[in-house]
Amino acid sequence: MSQWKNFSKGIFKENAVFVLFLGLCPTLGVTSSAINGLGMGLATTFVLVMSNLVVSIVKSQIPDKVRIPSFIVIIASFVTMVELVMQAYIPALFEQLGLFIPLIVVNCLVLGRSEAFASKNSVLSSIIDGVGMGLGFSIALTILGGVREILGSGTIFGFNLHMFPVDEEGNPITMIVFVLAPGAFIALGYLIVLINKINKKNA
Amino acid sequence: MDYIIIIISAIFVNNILLAQFLGVCPFIGVSSKVETSIGMAGAVTFVMVIATIVTYLLQKYVLEAFGITFMQTITFILVIASLVQLVEIILKKVSPALYQALGIFLPLITTNCAVLGVAILAVQKDYNLIGSVVFAISNAIGFGLALVIFAGLREHMDMVNIPKGMKGVPIAFVVAGLLALAFMGFTGLV
Repeated sequence: MSQWKNFSKGIFKENAVFVLFLGLCPTLGVTSSAINGLGMGLATTFVLVMSNLVVSIVKSQIPDKVRIPSFIVIIASFVTMVELVMQAYIPALFEQLGLFIPLIVVNCLVLGRSEAFASKNSVLSSIIDGVGMGLGFSIALTILGGVREILGSGTIFGFNLHMFPVDEEGNPITMIVFVLAPGAFIALGYLIVLINKINKKNA
Repeated sequence: MDYIIIIISAIFVNNILLAQFLGVCPFIGVSSKVETSIGMAGAVTFVMVIATIVTYLLQKYVLEAFGITFMQTITFILVIASLVQLVEIILKKVSPALYQALGIFLPLITTNCAVLGVAILAVQKDYNLIGSVVFAISNAIGFGLALVIFAGLREHMDMVNIPKGMKGVPIAFVVAGLLALAFMGFTGLV
């Protein structure tokens, strides 16, 4: 497999969210706005790339029986780093993402790539796989966050789009349900249909 | 009185699945039959309650006592992972019948974010030990309730005519959204 294919599969053909349905909890939980989705995506990408890198380096040293716990420890170490760095430098985003930062540990996407890819492939391939998968995840979260933000608050990345009518006090009348919990499920459901359609046309 | 508020809030108002999005993977992946989802709910309840008790004690007497709370994530996930293994081994010896019923779901629970999520939330909300246990049990009930209702809905969905592109996961998400909408009716109860 060429490295380009290795990279691009994570974005299109094996997109973690839209095709493989991995890492759904943060996908639904944090995407009430595009910027939250992007932040979560990038945090996960960092953990994914670093854990892929370390796992592919130490793969021959780890006995087969304890490999899953070892992978979890490696992942948890990087998650703790992300947690501390975000808390120090971008506390506002850290507050918004809240519980979902420590929960990157149990994101099945990260452990899944360690087990299915990094433990079998070379260091370079593993890094490229991590970057591609992470980017695909980030793009999916940003799209979902963007859709929900546009429909639910009439803004994108915080910029007002002035696309909804306003009430007497000047507040836009939006489809508020999309920034709430039910909107996450519904928006993702229809996005998956759309992506499936596009994928089928290209295949 | 406080405990009643915790219970109602965790089961209905802030339902762990439909309002907080924890444990969505088994929700979408496992729950296509009522029977299997009851098994899953049982296994999650079991592990969630034990994990919350153990992590609570660890947090209070080890992490906070030594001032190393930044190790929380690593400690908790290791505790949960080994706990799942332990529960599996003990169940196999002590109650083969229960092991038969829950067995296949146990390994899946390590990566169920609801367990780790509840353990961390109980610490964040600063409950005492009994409060944490009540919190864990009611969250587990909330999880089971949503899982079983959803499985029932999906069993019915197999029999109706759904547009081709919507079949399978997409329609499951839309139905989950409607279910979440229904649960939003409980807002303001507490």
